[in-house]
Amino acid sequence: MHLRDRLARIDIHGAPYLFIAPFFLLFGIFGLFPLGYTLWVSLHDWTLLGGNEGWVGFGNYTELFNDGYFWNSLLNTFAIFLIATIPQMIAALALAQVLNASLRAITVWRVGVIIPTATSVAAVGIIFTMAFSRDFGIVNWMIGLVGIEPIAWNQERLPSWIAIATMVDWRWTGYNALILLAALQAVPKDLYESARLDGASAARQFWSITIPMLRPTLMFVVTVSTIGGIQLFTEPLLFNPGANAITGGDIRQFQTSAMYVVEQAFTGQRFGYAATIAWVLFAVIVLVSLVNSLLVRRIRSAD
Amino acid sequence: MSHTRRSRWLATAAALIAMSSLAACGGDDSGSDSEEDVTLRVNLFGKFGYTDLYKQFEKDHPGVKIVETAEGDLGKYNTQLTQRIAAGSGAGDVVAIEEGQAVNFLASADKFVNLQDHGAKDLEDQYLPWKFAGATTADGATTIGLGTDVGGLAMCYRRDLFEKAGLPTDREAVAALWPTWDEFIATGEKFQDGLKGSDAKFIDSATNTYNSILMQSADHTYFDKDEELVIETNPAVKAAWDKALEMDDKGISAELKSFSPEWNAGFKNGDFATIACPAWMTGYIKDQAGEENAGKWDIATIPGGGGNWGGSWLAVPADSENQDLAIELVKFLSNADGQLAAFNAVGNLPSNPNLYEDPALQEATNPYFSDAPVGQLFVAGAANLEPVFLGAKNQPVRDAVENAMRSVENGQRSSADAWDVAVADAQKVAG
Repeated sequence: MHLRDRLARIDIHGAPYLFIAPFFLLFGIFGLFPLGYTLWVSLHDWTLLGGNEGWVGFGNYTELFNDGYFWNSLLNTFAIFLIATIPQMIAALALAQVLNASLRAITVWRVGVIIPTATSVAAVGIIFTMAFSRDFGIVNWMIGLVGIEPIAWNQERLPSWIAIATMVDWRWTGYNALILLAALQAVPKDLYESARLDGASAARQFWSITIPMLRPTLMFVVTVSTIGGIQLFTEPLLFNPGANAITGGDIRQFQTSAMYVVEQAFTGQRFGYAATIAWVLFAVIVLVSLVNSLLVRRIRSAD
Repeated sequence: MSHTRRSRWLATAAALIAMSSLAACGGDDSGSDSEEDVTLRVNLFGKFGYTDLYKQFEKDHPGVKIVETAEGDLGKYNTQLTQRIAAGSGAGDVVAIEEGQAVNFLASADKFVNLQDHGAKDLEDQYLPWKFAGATTADGATTIGLGTDVGGLAMCYRRDLFEKAGLPTDREAVAALWPTWDEFIATGEKFQDGLKGSDAKFIDSATNTYNSILMQSADHTYFDKDEELVIETNPAVKAAWDKALEMDDKGISAELKSFSPEWNAGFKNGDFATIACPAWMTGYIKDQAGEENAGKWDIATIPGGGGNWGGSWLAVPADSENQDLAIELVKFLSNADGQLAAFNAVGNLPSNPNLYEDPALQEATNPYFSDAPVGQLFVAGAANLEPVFLGAKNQPVRDAVENAMRSVENGQRSSADAWDVAVADAQKVAG
């Protein structure tokens, strides 16, 4: 074969790989390598300043499974995740429907829903913490109007979960609504037209056209929310201002697993153990994402 | 070769060139213009009062610019500093090491410049002996930091609230009310009785008072000098725990969590009448209570005699790129004049014993605190201060105990249950 032809062959077969290579290169450096390294660290007794202090095999993992504070953090994480995500998905879907209708100044409204996402999470944390404070908070004032006793939002378990879920929802509902809106606009209008001709009600159209057509987008939105929910860190941290913020309350009532990782790594200086928690958390995210995609897949397809 | 193929080749080549030139850009922006233009980054927590000293240093060293970052929250600062020291970058050129972290960093002394290589030994007599020893390794060969301030305890109180409650307001008379913590509690009850129709409480929180009692009652707290956890066998810990919770039990605590927004607001609103006050706290109170409360605060002696709480060293991380200048700055900030300037600026008590006789310190008063003779008040016990050994794992154990104590204040647990939790958590974090 002529050299030029050989080069041309490499060109045709090689170029696509070359073009996608940067992603995999970056993924390898910033995704795969840390993952592997974290696994390596988790099999050692590893202190933050002292570094590697010896192989312990699965010792850290055994300890983790008997660590009540870890399970407590996982419970908190999932409880906040569920309390936040379910209403958030419903609200986002409803919001997307409204934004898809012909309103006056529609762009203003659409931009409006993204503003909370653009706000600094620190500002959100501080404002919401003030709103939920026991003595001067606006939330307790409002529920006081209907005769409910003030609630110590950041001292009791369920109230603290609800308060943190509110922060999460406030920030991310609009973001998810915009993604769903994009998907809604891609649904062919003639589908609705024929449905109307067939005499389908609005509800029927929603369940039989909108939801199935949105399935891939819903899957994306749910998966991203899941990962975000399991990694929840800043909002609960800011909900406990002052000393010992990382423990998420005096009795760890709203400490998430991500906070427990940081507590072990930096306050406790146990890097190996923190790496173990991080790895178990990674496994949990994979597992939950699988369950999610199975659930969403059950939504009837458009075909 | 067809045109399309050729252009595809070109595109590939162009993409590669673009990538490699991007990579090249990334590695090449660190060179400074000249040797003279140096930025020294100083990384502190809270208030050190160095603004004027920086200006002087910059004037003496043309081309040098000092940038200070000060983190308000000590726990957060310690976390960040440990993280950066461990990573070997980003810690800055000069960092403050707080008393609770010294043991920790001494275990990794190689991550810091050994100041003994730069004449630290000649400065030894400038510091209280234990202050110098506190940042020196056990073998005496490496010194990682030079001392700034030391603890020294007093009791800050609100004159206006005392008056309202029918208590004396004069600082000698106030000090006479509470030679012991039991008498302090009795005064608190009297205060609460006298203060009808106001929500103010006598103390800010059990945890803060607890720390003061603990720091004045033993030479070690949760760990003995062999780094063994002794939380259960050191009677000082349980005694301080019981005494502090007795105050909560008697209803004289405002139950505010340290460094929380409510605690900060409490200084301004007069939610509590007293707070245990290491020298460095005076600067914090002035900051939080604000100018409108000037003259309402005063300072008296603390029950139970002196005590040592707080204090820092300045160190140069090994990864500093401007080590020589940084070392010079550390010496400049921590020498006698530097310590005196810091005392005048924010009230931090010098660790240089030669200053304790200095009229500048002896006669110093603090106008914000009703002209209290802060020099005499804090210096009085300073020369006799004893170091309190804290141990590498002090911070997590302290966090665990404070959390447990706060759960009692919040009514979530009984004192006995919370103590068990504190001990169990301490054992867990001590490993």
